[in-house]
Amino acid sequence: MRLEPITNPSSARRIFPPALAIGTTVVIASLLAMIAGANPFSVLGLILNGAFGSKFALLETLNRATPLIFTGLAAAVAFRAKFWNIGAEAQLYAGALMTVLLGTGLLPWPSFPLLVTLAIAAVLAGAVLLLVPALLKTRFGVDEVVTTLLMNFIFLLFISMLLEGPLKDPMGMGWPKSARVISEARLPRILDGLRLHWGFILALVSAVAIWVIQTRSTLGYEMRAVGLNREAAAFAGIPVNRVLVKTALLSGGLAALAGFSEVAGLKASLTLDLSPGFGYTGIIVAMLALLNPLGVIVAALFVAGVFVGADSMSRAAEVPTYLADIMLAMALLLMVLAILLTRFRVVRD
Amino acid sequence: MASDKASVLRLNNITKRFGTLVANDAISFSLNRGEVIALLGENGAGKTTLMNILFGQYTADEGTVEVFGKTLPPGNSRAALEAGVGMVHQHFTLADNLTVQENITLGTGSLTSFSLRRSNARARIEALSEQFHLKVAPDARVGSLSVGERQRVEILKALYRDVKILILDEPTAVLTPQEAEDLFATLRQAIANGLSVIFISHKLHEVMAIAQRVVVLRHGKLVGGVDTDTSTKEKLAAMMMGAEAEPPEVSTAHAGEALMTLETVSTPDIGSAPGLKSVSMSLRAGQIIGLAGVSGNGQAALADIVGGMRAPTNGKIVLNGSPVPSWTPRDAVNAGIARIPEDRHKTGTIADFDLTENAILERYASDPFSTKGWLDWTRARRFANEIIDKYDVRCPGADTPIRLLSGGNMQKLILGRVLEADPQIILANQPVRGLDIGAVHYVHGQLLEARDRGAAVLLISEDLDEIMALSDYIHVIADGRLSPAFERGQMTPAELGLWMSGKGEVRHAS
Amino acid sequence: MEILDIFLTASFWAAAIRIASPLIFATLGELICERAGVLNLGIEGIMVAGAFAGWMAVYAGAGLWIGVAVAMVVGMLFGLLHSVLTVPFGLSQHVVGLGVTLLATSSTYYAYRLALPEVTTPPKIIAFQPYEIPLLADIPLLGPALFAQTPFTYLAFVLAAAVAWMLYRTPVGLALRAAGENPSAVAAQGLSVTAIRMGAVIFGSGLMAMGGAFLTMSAFDSFFFEMVNGRGWICIALVVFGSWRPGKAVFGAILFAAFDALQIRVQQTGFGAEIPYQIFLMMPYILSILALVAMSRRAQVPAALMVPFNKGER
Repeated sequence: MRLEPITNPSSARRIFPPALAIGTTVVIASLLAMIAGANPFSVLGLILNGAFGSKFALLETLNRATPLIFTGLAAAVAFRAKFWNIGAEAQLYAGALMTVLLGTGLLPWPSFPLLVTLAIAAVLAGAVLLLVPALLKTRFGVDEVVTTLLMNFIFLLFISMLLEGPLKDPMGMGWPKSARVISEARLPRILDGLRLHWGFILALVSAVAIWVIQTRSTLGYEMRAVGLNREAAAFAGIPVNRVLVKTALLSGGLAALAGFSEVAGLKASLTLDLSPGFGYTGIIVAMLALLNPLGVIVAALFVAGVFVGADSMSRAAEVPTYLADIMLAMALLLMVLAILLTRFRVVRD
Repeated sequence: MASDKASVLRLNNITKRFGTLVANDAISFSLNRGEVIALLGENGAGKTTLMNILFGQYTADEGTVEVFGKTLPPGNSRAALEAGVGMVHQHFTLADNLTVQENITLGTGSLTSFSLRRSNARARIEALSEQFHLKVAPDARVGSLSVGERQRVEILKALYRDVKILILDEPTAVLTPQEAEDLFATLRQAIANGLSVIFISHKLHEVMAIAQRVVVLRHGKLVGGVDTDTSTKEKLAAMMMGAEAEPPEVSTAHAGEALMTLETVSTPDIGSAPGLKSVSMSLRAGQIIGLAGVSGNGQAALADIVGGMRAPTNGKIVLNGSPVPSWTPRDAVNAGIARIPEDRHKTGTIADFDLTENAILERYASDPFSTKGWLDWTRARRFANEIIDKYDVRCPGADTPIRLLSGGNMQKLILGRVLEADPQIILANQPVRGLDIGAVHYVHGQLLEARDRGAAVLLISEDLDEIMALSDYIHVIADGRLSPAFERGQMTPAELGLWMSGKGEVRHAS
Repeated sequence: MEILDIFLTASFWAAAIRIASPLIFATLGELICERAGVLNLGIEGIMVAGAFAGWMAVYAGAGLWIGVAVAMVVGMLFGLLHSVLTVPFGLSQHVVGLGVTLLATSSTYYAYRLALPEVTTPPKIIAFQPYEIPLLADIPLLGPALFAQTPFTYLAFVLAAAVAWMLYRTPVGLALRAAGENPSAVAAQGLSVTAIRMGAVIFGSGLMAMGGAFLTMSAFDSFFFEMVNGRGWICIALVVFGSWRPGKAVFGAILFAAFDALQIRVQQTGFGAEIPYQIFLMMPYILSILALVAMSRRAQVPAALMVPFNKGER
């Protein structure tokens, strides 16, 4: 077989493969639910209902989507320049670490300046953390995929060390947990009585800001050029390495905001289970969004919905929550294939 | 037509379409035992496509290939090889990390075999290289071989398989005239042993020298087949090009001051590609300097230096009288150098960017296309549309991804992009490679016009005819060393060929 | 002193060989994929799947070697998925690899939960036991270190030799190396690049799964979540460190394992107790990064690594 580019894809050609990908994912999830001895229709219903069926469910989904928008943007920005940052998990913890370092009383400031400072500090921490793999790549040509992956393990051990050492909360009853941030360092709720904090708004604003940067700024233009064709970009005079480093700083900073938002908005303290893999899931979010920053919002809501829905489904039916992870991994693989098939046709030769 | 008995290969009504382009339109011809057919045609006439179909790398939409009376299964190189068809591709198909012997024996035995039978293979390779005067060391790593040696390996690959029909796709493009002679000697010997050859070329003198019969393709159609005995170069040229536009008139130049001077510039070798070895040259206003040479002799290094892709490790670049302090692609653009890169697909454009985005690729960061880091898309689009109008870029609009354009239209956009900046110096690296004849004349016309306006042009090409037609002065590059500058008409092609093989001598000091 | 003494104990070297074994399987698997031109980031998930599948098969009553075979087949299935997407379709090897890791990990956990819904501590199996090779095991220091291992460890070394022989001494190995360097060279000799690359990824993935199975069937006797714990990523670093050569990669794995064995022992010394244990746990990952940096300029990367091949493309 051979792939032949389609110059003018019809609208059916553009819609059918992605729809088929989603359909196949749902079918496979149903089959897996049946293997677990559950009725697939009720499982899917429970997932949907658990994600979007009530005000509580919806708010839960929005809360879960918040860090995913940040990590999804981190991946989308980096992948657009073909800089493979798989280390959003570590950068998220770097942001969270800064938030508890400065937010537990070290800076006794009023709420607004404190929160702004914490966010900036978090961004800097995440950016600096990703600077290491970025420089290893541009200076020594070391593949960033492996270094960012390995740094996730290193940084989590580092956090574990801090939580069992200097950062350990004396009131924590022996748990490896930091002290709680002061009340001025808490992101307020958007509306009283509504369990949704300003982190969500910050995530939406970030997505729009990244979209504007990508489409309007010279940096966005450079990042896209570097991602599409590094050789031509270099020939045209685009400083490829500098662009890669800037991309890394932006990506790391975005991932760190997820950590800031989770601590300041939701959890108040740092623990080792702050993130159930938001950094890795962000990659799925970005890919499902086709790396479009505005699409990241939609994809994050979808992914968060699947997780929240699967949690509640799992409580009701005897189906393990890992069904959600399988669905998302399937969706990722089938979607990249589907996108290819909107642009190429498979021909026999 | 010769008698059917001796026919070893027959193409019947081969048709191949790529989208709307008909690359091969119902082509039929046959090849006899011990015969050499030259397949002649301009770039893009469909020669390589046809041969890839014959060799089973493409599948024809219609038509069949018969070898020794048997129809080949379509799209199956293995079947073609087993039927006795071999092909030496224009871009060598060798793995650099393997030895000569490994490259030759690759795929010749059963894949499920547990042994490479290395001593047998070695004996056979040595015998063949002796018999056909193809000197190579079987244990040498291919990555360390010169271009000429690599081609010998390619030919040994075919001989090792004992092919009866050999396709050679532009085999002399990378050879010096002397090396080409050696190749022809080897071929004549193999032909005497019963080999039949299809020889793809657009060099008429070679065609006349080696082929008995010529088949001419134009725009995917077979426009004629003639015996070389009864034809002339002029007739072949007319068949090949048809009644297309005349080449632009070349007037004499009025050279001005030196705009760019290289003083004993050296660069390191990169892999098997030689760097520059103490190269000095001047590019003067109102003058076209041609750089002739066999591919891979340092042209890339020189183009990188002039275009700002690399700074010299030794020596200096002098622009308008003063040495450049730093030298990056952007410095080169800002210094008013128009750069037409060798590979318009890989380095000249970004395939998935639209025409507007490609038009501002070199100057997006400066006025008028951006201010303080924010792009002005309105201005950028206007600029793209200006280029489209002025340079006659055929496209659906400025928002079309450039990968959908033909090579000629892509090159016109690049020309517009660099010429609209009113450049002082033009680096044209293989500017017409792969273009059809109309586009070739257009590009050449633009270069001449820029020269007459007072620009200094450096034209790099592997096509000696192109160099000799356009250049006011010619340098030859061989293994990173530059010959003196020869004035137009001073040297014959044969004399330049001597320089190309690195054996040129300065006849009289001047 | 304390630390130097460690190097002279057989148990230290025995541990190093034991720790190296799963890495050898998976590193060889990754090396085969990359030599054919495909980066397989599915390695981490495939190791998880292999660890579970082999162990589960034995727990369900199969023999140990059947368990190894089951793990290998499961790995090959994920390899098939990876190779279909990355070879004929030429999709991003980064994205597909990560997707396969996520899919293999999550479906393993799903299967685990389905198979053992109620347990809090996973059940144990009777794993491979050490087998002392007669005579050889009696050599001082070397004997107990090298020749008193489990048969699964011996297999790792036999396999390393077999892979080296396959790559350098057989026609299929020659084709595989050519496919990772210049696929056009393979196609021009009438071979199918697609078949060679897919075969390499499928076989390599089978080896990765065996590396995972070693953890549950020889190193330990049970399956835990997170038990692979980044070993797959370390193996990718080891392939680079070994400059894509099986011999050097095995050497790298042993060197690496020796450091790992050392840190476990240093932790138990008086000096080691002063240092947070996390520092020791970080060492393998830090070492991997350092190895990548050290080799970055010298390594002979297969030229067509991560470059998809589309037949007849110009």
